[in-house]
Amino acid sequence: MTQNAVRPTPASPTPPGGHLLEVRDLHVEFRTREGVARVINGVTYHLDAGETLAVLGESGSGKSVTAQAIMGILDTPPAYVRAGQILYQGRDLLTRPEEERRQIRGAEIAMIFQDALSALNPVFSVGWQIGESLRERAGMSRADARKRSVELMDLVRIPAAAKRLGDYPHQFSGGMRQRVMIAMALALDPKVLIADEPTTALDVTVQAQIMDLLADLRRDLGMALVLITHDLGVVAGVADRIAVMYAGRIVEHADVHALYRAPAHPYTKGLLESIPRLDVRGQALSSIRGLPPNLMAIPSGCPFHPRCPYVQQVCVDEVPHDLVLGDGRTSACHFAQEVHDDRDG
Amino acid sequence: MSDFETVAATENQAARRGVSGEPGTPGRAGRPDRARSLAGDAWRDLRRNPVFWISLLLVVLVAAMAVAPGLFAANDPRDCVLSRQHAGPSGGAIFGYDFQGCDTFARAVYGARASLLVGALSALITGVIALVVGMLAGYFGGWVDAVLSRVIDIVLGIPLLLAAIVLLKRVSTSGDTVRLFAVILVLALLGWTTAARVVRSSVITAREQDYVAAARMLGAGNGRIMWRHILPNALAPAIVVLTIALGSFIAAEATLSFLGIGLKAPTISWGIDIDAGRVHMRESATPLIVPSTFLALTVLAFIMLGDAIRDAFDPKLR
Amino acid sequence: MLRFILRRLLQMVLAFFGTTLIVYALMFAGQGDPIQALAGERPVTAAQRAYLTEKYHLDATGVGGFFYRYFDYLGGLVRGDLGQSLTGRQISDILAAAWPVTVKLAVIAMAVTVIFGVTSGVIAAIRRSGVFDHATLVLTLLVLGIPTIVLAPLAQYFLGVRWPVFPPTAGAQPSFYALLLPGIVLGSLSLATALRLTRTSVTENLRADYVRTARSKGLRRRRIVGVHVLRNSLIPVVTFLGVELGNLMGGAIITEGVFNVPGVGFNLFRGIRTEDGPLVVGIVSVLVVVYLLSNLVVDVLYAVLDPRIRYE
Repeated sequence: MTQNAVRPTPASPTPPGGHLLEVRDLHVEFRTREGVARVINGVTYHLDAGETLAVLGESGSGKSVTAQAIMGILDTPPAYVRAGQILYQGRDLLTRPEEERRQIRGAEIAMIFQDALSALNPVFSVGWQIGESLRERAGMSRADARKRSVELMDLVRIPAAAKRLGDYPHQFSGGMRQRVMIAMALALDPKVLIADEPTTALDVTVQAQIMDLLADLRRDLGMALVLITHDLGVVAGVADRIAVMYAGRIVEHADVHALYRAPAHPYTKGLLESIPRLDVRGQALSSIRGLPPNLMAIPSGCPFHPRCPYVQQVCVDEVPHDLVLGDGRTSACHFAQEVHDDRDG
Repeated sequence: MSDFETVAATENQAARRGVSGEPGTPGRAGRPDRARSLAGDAWRDLRRNPVFWISLLLVVLVAAMAVAPGLFAANDPRDCVLSRQHAGPSGGAIFGYDFQGCDTFARAVYGARASLLVGALSALITGVIALVVGMLAGYFGGWVDAVLSRVIDIVLGIPLLLAAIVLLKRVSTSGDTVRLFAVILVLALLGWTTAARVVRSSVITAREQDYVAAARMLGAGNGRIMWRHILPNALAPAIVVLTIALGSFIAAEATLSFLGIGLKAPTISWGIDIDAGRVHMRESATPLIVPSTFLALTVLAFIMLGDAIRDAFDPKLR
Repeated sequence: MLRFILRRLLQMVLAFFGTTLIVYALMFAGQGDPIQALAGERPVTAAQRAYLTEKYHLDATGVGGFFYRYFDYLGGLVRGDLGQSLTGRQISDILAAAWPVTVKLAVIAMAVTVIFGVTSGVIAAIRRSGVFDHATLVLTLLVLGIPTIVLAPLAQYFLGVRWPVFPPTAGAQPSFYALLLPGIVLGSLSLATALRLTRTSVTENLRADYVRTARSKGLRRRRIVGVHVLRNSLIPVVTFLGVELGNLMGGAIITEGVFNVPGVGFNLFRGIRTEDGPLVVGIVSVLVVVYLLSNLVVDVLYAVLDPRIRYE
């Protein structure tokens, strides 16, 4: 669909030796009985050691699929990676044999999921599940794995960790379960942690606790964090950069402060305007009109054009390229500069 | 006990586990709203499915035999002459004669009537009980559901063959018609639970639909909502289950008759003939094989028919 | 866990009284001549009549009499005294001789089920929509659709008489080899059901979220399927097998009857055929107890296997 040339992504210059993790022009499609859904259409982003990238988008925008492609845990069929590269420390993971990718999973790049209750195996104790990676991957003895599991549970601030080692997932509260997931993901000291909507299923107060935990862990352990979410409010305090996804592509990519201050894509703008703000009183809460696109028939030109308040004929005809704006950010919008400068929306 | 029940056992997995406290586990067929919107798709799939056509053909054939056996068999199945014992094929008797000197083929053809009568009537009664119980439990929920679900659990826990032995013992000396209806009643009384569960879960799904809420707001009464809006939704999955149940009821009748507690001579039943053929299999196997084949094909036809319809309606299983 | 077992035990005791009462009421109440009802169409000798009257206290009348007789029967059942069959043998002796045979047969059937059914089910699920999957689906449909009264005599005829691979009947002291064919016939039904159940269960679990988690941990596929998926998938399968074992223990009436395997089911079969009322009542009562017990064992097993139930 898109022919975007691979270009260096903005906001941080390529460090010597390349980025820690880099996704280049990734295309993924789902082949189903009803037809082919183009779920990822040229996603490009990168991540450096120790930073936090938030990937933002509605459900169906492809943010989770990208993450699963990085992990190599897409279900094939129906999902097929059609094109692109996923570079980890300079190696293109997509060309590597399955065994090598498996070694990377968990040990180098780990992932936590949205619904910890279903993501944890219901019939094994949490201690067993945390210790499994240690026993199977790190070759630890049962006793050592046990000891390390308690440490990990302490690390994610589960109270009375040693006592709860033998408990089963359903015996934990939602927040505690997500902590167990995090402990499990940290077992092998990964350099990258992908958190796929880690707080969506939780109460608001618990959400904040988990986000704080993730931020602290990232800092203390020096990991890089990819935070996938649909909630702009969640990422504000945690992320360094934000990549906004729509219809399987990155539509805006910017430093978190820059993006909050002045979004350069109408979609981001719409998202920002639809969060309730305490500092602006008396303003009606708006929402983006229309529905997310059908991935089997993505609209021509800019896929956002049917919902866009700035729409012009060119938006229907031409796919917008990533426009690099002044302060080192990109926006895939024909009128990026105008949107950016249009402060009052 | 594991004998003829097992036919329906695939339906019953969760149920047969005998674990209480999960009466709400919906059966595979509990997706009526989707099934309905997919009816066109389902029919397209069915039309292309050879299993569907083969089983339908068999069902029609057996039904025709039950209605007009004279069209299929030339001889009188009760015209038995001992001098023809185990004689080879002759005249209309294409499979020869059995131990009693009766036309093996004619007996198999005439046996369809009892089997189908028992199967169809049991399925009918089962359907009525299942619809009433399932609708009440699913629609009203609460304590009605709790009580009815418990009843379903209990009946499901009864070993069918043992219960049938106990129940049918009481009519062991009665006449043919009484026995026939006793068999039908016993099978229906013990066999309605699976269908009731399926109806119940489809009713629960239908009850949550917007148009039901809309009908209620417009002032439609419970009776009207159940009749007009809920029943149609529950019907399709119920029919699938009942088709399969019909097959297992036929197998059950044959088994009871085989044991000597179901139908008895002079009624012609495949079960009775299989038992008779079994005893004399060393002298001649045809009187065993012919009714066995008739019974197996009939049961299979109904089960495959139900299976094919359900598969068409349930895309998840594809 | 203990509370769970105690609760189930209490339920079982209630169910025991309920079912035995029903069995007893249906067998004896409201019949013109209870003795004739027990004996069916057989002529009853004066000695038998006297024995039955005394045994079942048939001289007492009314509701009180009924319950008197019921509790008497229950007491006998609990003590293991099931009275005599119409042929004059102690029913408990008959059962004592029959149990070992039935257990042997059930074990063979269960082994067939587990070895072929569960294994094939797992393979079919992993290679879903493959040739093996389709073949097993068709085969199991055939097995499920063919009633035992067809399968058992035909197996006996073709594998015992026509091409005598196996002994056609088992006889009084059956060897393992003689029990093999009836065991396979008996097991084939459970096999087909177990296969389909395993297939469905494994298929569902392969789609579960925790499988994705296990993959993201970098575990080998062999371990994901063999440990994570199997451990979850086998919960319904094992419980099914438990129920099934209970059923098999209860005697496979048809299979034992056809192959002359002198087990519990065979005796029940004979009791029905010879209209031996006391024998039928005795065996059915014991089988009901066996059935209830096996259900209890299965529930406990279920709780052991599934922590979500254990800690309810």
